[in-house]
Amino acid sequence: MASTALHDTAVLHNHDHDHGHHKETFITKYIFSQDHKMIAKQFLITGIIMAVIAMILSVLFRLQLGWPDKNFPLLETFLGQWAEGGRIKPEFFLALVTIHGTMMVFFVLTAGLSGTFSNLLIPLQLGARDMASPFLNMLSYWLFFSACMVMMASFFTVTGPASAGWTVYPPLSALPKAIPGSGIGMTLWLVSMTLFIASSLIGALNYISTVLNMRTKGMDMWKMPLTIWAFFLTAIVGVLSFPVLVSAVVLLIFDRSFGTSFYLSDIVVAGQVLPNQGGSPILWQHLFWFLGHPEVYIVLMPALGITSEVIATNSRKPIFGYHAMVYSLIGITVLSFVVWGHHMFVTGMNPFLGGVFMITTLIIAVPSAVKTFNYLATLWRGNIRFTPAMLFAIGLVSFFISGGLTGIFLGNAALDINLHDTYFVVAHFHLVMGSASIFGMLCGVYHWFPKMFGRLMDEKLGYIHFWFTFIGAYLVFFPMHFMGLDGVPRRYYAFTEFEFMKEWLTVNTFITWAAIVSALAQVAFLWNFFYSIFYGKKASQNPWQSNTLEWTTPVERIHGNWPGEIPSVYRWPYDYSKPGHHEDFIPQTTPFSETMSSNLPHDFEGNAVAEKIQEDWVRNNPKVTTTENV
Amino acid sequence: MSSTVSQIDEIKTDAWSGGRSPFAVEYGKLMMWFFLLSDAFTFSAFLIYYGAQRFSKITWPDPDVVFQSIPGIADHGYPLVFVGIMTFILIMSSVTMVLAVEAGHRNSKKEVVWWMIGTIIGGLMFLGCQAIEWTHLHHEGYWWGAFPASYTGIESIGAMQFSNLFFTITGFHGFHVFTGVLINIIILIMTLTNVFAKRGSYLMIEKVGLYWHFVDLVWVFVFTFFYLV
Repeated sequence: MASTALHDTAVLHNHDHDHGHHKETFITKYIFSQDHKMIAKQFLITGIIMAVIAMILSVLFRLQLGWPDKNFPLLETFLGQWAEGGRIKPEFFLALVTIHGTMMVFFVLTAGLSGTFSNLLIPLQLGARDMASPFLNMLSYWLFFSACMVMMASFFTVTGPASAGWTVYPPLSALPKAIPGSGIGMTLWLVSMTLFIASSLIGALNYISTVLNMRTKGMDMWKMPLTIWAFFLTAIVGVLSFPVLVSAVVLLIFDRSFGTSFYLSDIVVAGQVLPNQGGSPILWQHLFWFLGHPEVYIVLMPALGITSEVIATNSRKPIFGYHAMVYSLIGITVLSFVVWGHHMFVTGMNPFLGGVFMITTLIIAVPSAVKTFNYLATLWRGNIRFTPAMLFAIGLVSFFISGGLTGIFLGNAALDINLHDTYFVVAHFHLVMGSASIFGMLCGVYHWFPKMFGRLMDEKLGYIHFWFTFIGAYLVFFPMHFMGLDGVPRRYYAFTEFEFMKEWLTVNTFITWAAIVSALAQVAFLWNFFYSIFYGKKASQNPWQSNTLEWTTPVERIHGNWPGEIPSVYRWPYDYSKPGHHEDFIPQTTPFSETMSSNLPHDFEGNAVAEKIQEDWVRNNPKVTTTENV
Repeated sequence: MSSTVSQIDEIKTDAWSGGRSPFAVEYGKLMMWFFLLSDAFTFSAFLIYYGAQRFSKITWPDPDVVFQSIPGIADHGYPLVFVGIMTFILIMSSVTMVLAVEAGHRNSKKEVVWWMIGTIIGGLMFLGCQAIEWTHLHHEGYWWGAFPASYTGIESIGAMQFSNLFFTITGFHGFHVFTGVLINIIILIMTLTNVFAKRGSYLMIEKVGLYWHFVDLVWVFVFTFFYLV
């Protein structure tokens, strides 16, 4: 590790003085790259591919739910034994649901989101040449890539991929004979997760140490953009929660392969009593949700950070309540570790304990609401520029509100008895964590595309993409609330077998159509993304007139980020529309001496000498201030 | 004018104002600390699981009975003597590690090499002892999913879970010791090939030392929970 540190400074030394010194081959530049910007793009494109696959999986199981009695011969052509006669098999349906969830949560919204934007923005917005350890950064990507490959490989096994749901609850997941998917598919799932945890841990360690150690001069913690705060706290959550999943996975592996009974007890399979005694499947749930709930915030917080940045920039206003935004992120970080029990209200938990978890869960609504109101207050009377990124940011706020409200219902231990494992839960988390986070991610892609590729994405296609996806997501998930309230359980393959659920068939057909249309709308994005990489309009250096440091780097994206010295930072990142200044933005690198007409006493953070200079200046230049203010 | 400009644009120079590490710590050391924090959560999860199982069972094997042999010398009658020796070895290897780090601070390559060799030998001895102890317990009938027929507790499930957890958790710890030994060997080779001497700093020894002490600390907890209480 230290060798990379030294190597690092050596390389940077080269950069400061001599640019054309080192030659890059295709392999070092595009494959085993150690440049954070390239690694970010690798994460993004892998994430997008995983998202497309996971989305196709969801359309497949939606077909079954929308038309449970219809045959689609085409499915057999593509899926073979998984859809004999054109009908998706029940076992495959479960596999589809499981892998859709796993891929979306871990590969798209954890690695695809954090991996892309933490890698891209932490060095660029903090003023660093690269991540603390470029080598570990590369390792992190390749472990993630291997995890994706292992997970995909499970589709090519005879018994199929893991099918016990993305939470892989034992005993279903612990007994290879329980369902076909619990055979080799489950083993591959566990291997893939282990690789993924290693990737995410290495990544998070890198993000944390970069944020702590490598801020440029003047970039104290309270001058960091909210994106960085969000990535930093997300990384801390990841470092503390994923290791518990390691323990859970290790115990599960022993149960599956070494004859232990950590999660197993009193099980009868096909009339035969299994010898496993003494374990408890509930303990898996505790270990899993100790990761699983913080994971929700690992998925959400980067999206919130990205949105804060994009909303402030495109409202041309300082973010409302910057400190409150940071403290609410810290609050979410801390609280995320003490709410996991709300996933387990109906496991026979002591009602008192359920009450405790209910209270902690409801408290988390406070920082969430602070963030929501701050977004709305930032938008309020802003000079809003409706770029595609801005639309997606506003979309996130919308989903965060509509999905967050149902969280208050579900967090209630008594109401959860009715709502648990119904479509109400599906609706809730697909809005508040699924749609909100993917909108945050798309928002980031549209906003920082020029920084990644030096070109702009097409706005019209962006608008089409936004409106179809936004309306589509609501049409898909909103009706599910009502199904859930009526008691329709999630994960059921043939729900029409039950009389009271039959009336929901038309709704399911409607949802499937909405899902198909919004899935097709993603083609607009994919085309826009890949076409613009090569043929998009060339971007200027600071296309959104933004304050943060990444827009002071050249469009060409050189190794080491800044051609000369790294710029110093004088002010916070949200000086938009500052009264007295001739432009509606002041980059963080602009010193106060260049903006005498707009400086305010609190800008100097108690520096008495500077305040005095400013006072004297204002006294000596009364005209300028008055004319500018009028 | 120029002096006033520089004063109004003055950037604070305190630890957190950027441009340097707030803890004056190199990034690799910072990463190691955070990694150890993370790993501590893994072991905590294991040990909490262990506690949950143990308190839910009526009887649990008495460590004084299970661990009363010194393999190769005496079959019974010496409770906790062998594990005491193991623990002593591991703690001694931490002492040699400290001495290696200290020698590193003085840039004394020769001493670093000898103390590292001592640490590696300590680690290997610990792993060897663990292998002997596992083999012995295996012969007695303890293994994953198995416990000796001679167990006399009221509830045999306790013995079963003890057995499962013992091998899994000490195994996971042993895996950590094993990787620690490997890393120690790597940095020993790096020391011998003058990598650190050329670099002018033996900081790497300190970072690896942190890991080694952590593994030692974890053993103190594993030892307490499995052998003492």
